[in-house]
Amino acid sequence: MTIPNIVGAGLIVIGAGLGIGRIGGQAMEAIARQPEASGKIQTAMLIAAALIEGIGFAALFAA
Amino acid sequence: MAAGILSAQDHGAQEVETGAHDLKTEIKEYIDHHLLDSHDFTLYSYTTDAGEHEYIGFPLPVILWDNGLKVFSSAKLKHGEGVAEVDGNYYTLYHNKIYRTDAEGTINFGAHHEEETHEEDAFGENLVVDDAHPTNVKPLDFSITKNVVFIMLVGLLMFFMFRGVANNYKKNSLPKGMGRVLEPLVLFVRDEIAIPNIGEHKYKRYMSYLLTVFFFVWIINLLGLTPLGVNVTNNIAVTFALALITYLITTFSGNKNYWKHIFWMPGVPAPMKIILAPIELLGTFIKPFSLMIRLYANITAGHVVLMSIIGLMFIFKNWIGSPLSFVLAFALSLLELLVAALQAYIFTMLSALYFGMAVEEDHH
Repeated sequence: MTIPNIVGAGLIVIGAGLGIGRIGGQAMEAIARQPEASGKIQTAMLIAAALIEGIGFAALFAA
Repeated sequence: MAAGILSAQDHGAQEVETGAHDLKTEIKEYIDHHLLDSHDFTLYSYTTDAGEHEYIGFPLPVILWDNGLKVFSSAKLKHGEGVAEVDGNYYTLYHNKIYRTDAEGTINFGAHHEEETHEEDAFGENLVVDDAHPTNVKPLDFSITKNVVFIMLVGLLMFFMFRGVANNYKKNSLPKGMGRVLEPLVLFVRDEIAIPNIGEHKYKRYMSYLLTVFFFVWIINLLGLTPLGVNVTNNIAVTFALALITYLITTFSGNKNYWKHIFWMPGVPAPMKIILAPIELLGTFIKPFSLMIRLYANITAGHVVLMSIIGLMFIFKNWIGSPLSFVLAFALSLLELLVAALQAYIFTMLSALYFGMAVEEDHH
């Protein structure tokens, strides 16, 4: 691990964290607004989070 | 929960017993070793006072194709310390791979092996990078390795478990024993994963695959958290095979509408259609590829972090280190239990989503 690698890995984690955090936050808000749709919202949230996570891991392997 | 604690203790115990020359490299090597598949099933190992390595476990069959089938027990390889002789050929292990060698077990390297490249890491420490590959002949390896054993075991377990449940339903519509646990899970896969994504009319064809992949990934992920030290889903070949099956099913069940959306996207201007076609075609490969990477990377990352935290105990070497490492490892083990189920769910979910795309009817 060299310094650019570590910085790159850090940036990736920050980016992925922000993305997944935003998805989670927005899903919470959506569930609070419409508790009856919580099942659908959760599913959509997990899929979106998984997609971001996938990109994050792909970039981490490259770093 | 118990599995998490046990695995923490077990992994810890292993590291004490390896006897450290350089603690950091020792821990790194140990983690690397844990992530790899192996030709024998070893629960733990230790170094005797005489400096010999003792392994507690049992050997597995090695099956090679090297101008004919060669079958022998991995006990002959002595964990890379011995040379196995089979029909006048000699084989040895080098970095977990089998090479053909001579009676002394010599491993030949390319010319550049002598000049080790030095590289500085981020903390200014000098690293020796030795990436020379042996030039010995590498026979085709079809061995029953640790991963293969556990794939077979989980396959058998699932076969008997679900057969028992299925037979029970023939006699009585109320589930009994194992069925009480499995029924809600099967219904979950059907009602929450298959029907919403594939559709009311076509989901039945895909249920067998979705259920199989869900339970297989989940059970094998959970086994990875036990002290047995199995890591099947952090072998990229295994996740590749799973993703390949999803890809094949998607491709072969694709209807006219699916292919039209790939090669001639309706509702966009003609120049865009030409640009979109290669992107969409590439997308069909990227989807299973991301399935493969996601499962592999999640489980690998979980194991690496867990073992690094346990490794902290040996770096701190004071009264803070052990409780800290124990609490963190315990919390992380609980998280990994969630991840094990979540990854199985995500894999099944996305597979169902892709099947749904492939069989979707034209709405226009």
